[in-house]
Amino acid sequence: MKKRLLAIGLSLAMTAGILAGCGSGSGTASTAGSTAASKDTSAASTASTASTASTASTASNQAGGKTEMTVSGDNVTTLNVWTFIELHQQFYTDMAEKWNEQNPDKKVKLVLSNMQYDDMHNKLALALQSGEGAPDIADIELGKFPSFTSGKEIKLRDLTDVIEPYKQNVVASRLNIYSKDGKYYGLPTHVGTEVAFYNTEELQKAGIDYTTIKTWDDFKAAGVKYHDATGKEFATAETTAMWMVNLMLAQKGGDYLKEDGTLDVNNDKVVEVLQYIKDMQDAGALGVVPGGQPDNEEAYSHYDNGEFAVQIMPFWQTSRFTSYMTDLKGKVAIAPVPQFSSSDPVKTIGGGGTGTAIIASSPNADLAAQVMAFIKLSPEANKEVWNVLGFDPVNTDVWSDKELTENPDNKFVQFFNTKPFDTLNEVKDGIGSLKSLQDEKAPSINNVFCTTTLTNIFENGADIKTELDAAQAELQNEFQ
Amino acid sequence: MKKLFFSQKAAPYIFVLPFVLTVLLFWLGPIFNGVLLSFQDVKQQTFVGLKNYSRILTDAIFFKAVLNSVKYTVFTLILLIPFPLLFASFLNSKLMKKPGIFKSIYFLPALTSVVVAGTVFRLMFGESDQSLMNQLIGLFGNSPIKWLRNGDTAFFALLLLCCWRWTGVNILYFLAGIQSIPSDLYEAAEIDGASGLQQFFSITVPLVKPTTVYVLTISIYAGLSMFLESFMLWKGNNSPNNIGLTIVGYLYRQGIEKQAMGYACAVGITLLIIVMVINMIQLKATGTFSKEAE
Repeated sequence: MKKRLLAIGLSLAMTAGILAGCGSGSGTASTAGSTAASKDTSAASTASTASTASTASTASNQAGGKTEMTVSGDNVTTLNVWTFIELHQQFYTDMAEKWNEQNPDKKVKLVLSNMQYDDMHNKLALALQSGEGAPDIADIELGKFPSFTSGKEIKLRDLTDVIEPYKQNVVASRLNIYSKDGKYYGLPTHVGTEVAFYNTEELQKAGIDYTTIKTWDDFKAAGVKYHDATGKEFATAETTAMWMVNLMLAQKGGDYLKEDGTLDVNNDKVVEVLQYIKDMQDAGALGVVPGGQPDNEEAYSHYDNGEFAVQIMPFWQTSRFTSYMTDLKGKVAIAPVPQFSSSDPVKTIGGGGTGTAIIASSPNADLAAQVMAFIKLSPEANKEVWNVLGFDPVNTDVWSDKELTENPDNKFVQFFNTKPFDTLNEVKDGIGSLKSLQDEKAPSINNVFCTTTLTNIFENGADIKTELDAAQAELQNEFQ
Repeated sequence: MKKLFFSQKAAPYIFVLPFVLTVLLFWLGPIFNGVLLSFQDVKQQTFVGLKNYSRILTDAIFFKAVLNSVKYTVFTLILLIPFPLLFASFLNSKLMKKPGIFKSIYFLPALTSVVVAGTVFRLMFGESDQSLMNQLIGLFGNSPIKWLRNGDTAFFALLLLCCWRWTGVNILYFLAGIQSIPSDLYEAAEIDGASGLQQFFSITVPLVKPTTVYVLTISIYAGLSMFLESFMLWKGNNSPNNIGLTIVGYLYRQGIEKQAMGYACAVGITLLIIVMVINMIQLKATGTFSKEAE
């Protein structure tokens, strides 16, 4: 009897406990409900709660490398964008907001995911190959682009139609590098005009006037003089990139492939270029910077503290100066790159680049193409490319807009002691590119040169012709 | 149904079923698919017969990768079996005070992620004269070395990373092995006047053989499939002159980076065969199979 009483007592206590638990929960809920109801505009308050919630989720998403635009109104299309450059996120959302203002009937909401360079390209390749999980829009780097336009079927949308309205103002070579068989698959971000960055403070100490450097022979002589006078290095022989090698090869009118697209990396012009660089190195005009090229975390400090004085780099290196080589503020001049002679077929080339591609299988591919063409090629967009990113825009009309390019508030204008766009306008009519960069073999050629060939030649003193023959054999084996 | 459910005969099969299913689904399935893919050009979606395999035979980079992996494996075996065994017997010695502290210290590196450790090692072995290793050799009056751009020094860095990380783990394996040796053997040896060295070579070494065989097997496999260490040390899969390229790194480069999935599968199958053959030989030589047969 006692036991039963105890059992009943216990079970009562438990039920009470459960009820109490329930009660406290529902109590809070009802309080919340009544507060909302007590307000005159309960609908408005719910809406505001919802919007707070969504802002909160955006904020938390940002922490994970993801940014989501908040767009009001109906009929908004959500587009997923993959990029590997963090700065692009802000630029894209700014421009998408402008698109929404101008096209209220075709509003878009961009959801941007930022991933590490290799990860993004590998993930995209796998998504396209397996046919699942691809975004609507993706930034693809030039070096990786040809591998996305080769194969049985190209999984990217043909962008020729949306590029057409902007085409006459855009540097043609920059559109061509993302094309195949006459169709465009990528929207360029910048020209990447290769220019020379001279550390004027260091050069003056050695009595060198950079404005007198017009040819590679001048460049070499200045380098030797500088090295002898200061004991420091003038410029770098590259071992992990090909900014200067490609530039000089294009100036000589050479390439890595024959006209018919067969491999020809050991031809005489390539030998000549590498021999010329090797001679400069042997004479003391070039050293090898740690990291093997100027755009590298190990190299930045060596330029920043004046151990290396000159960089031959694409124009976008400006953003590396303002971010990573800040000690050089007011000490760097931008000038056209040297040439072999005034009769070179091109004055300079565009280097590097990111092509924005639209995935053909996306249900919103057409809209995405229109939006991205606006975001990347419209005159407004090209102004922002300079203002926000410090790149040389592909729309060359912008280059002559002095109000924009010489704006004293611009951090890039402030950084350099020459007007950046003066140099660009000087070479504007002579910006070429290597035709082989569009070929599917380009990524592999680049890989062999930057891992083996250049290292062996400029670090280990190997024979140029032998190394190039080895590279040719290795590549032929790959593309047999 | 009920009979089957409570059947004693069926029970073992039901208990091993999840494992069998996992093997079939995630191991045999992919391997079979991999073999199939290795005869194709995946991007062009065509069968190419033995072309991928014939390309392997003429691929100098592949052989370089194999050589790197084998060299790495051999050196890790030389460094990571005798020394941990020796350290373990020191730790087990009665003369050792507070062995727990040393055990924890040795084991700590194994708890760090390879990604973090690799990044730290990359910075330690930086080219600039301010990097840790260059400062260290600077104390002895040497000029800075480009550690990770030179075959031998880069290999040294890889081995150091490996030893730093795995010595503690192997010590634990050997310690467990040593502690399972009955202590009366040592007492008897002591009474017979055997020195510490004699005890080590005549009692410890032969009796921890099962552990040694186990460590040897996993070390061979781990050495040949090493990838992440090299990937982190060179901040990517492309080391200068491919000095840090391993078989798995080459597989990754071909399959993921160059999207030549078919060729990558052929490389993978080759790796599988190499590892299988080596492990079979080694297990045979150490008598693991014959023991089971007894």
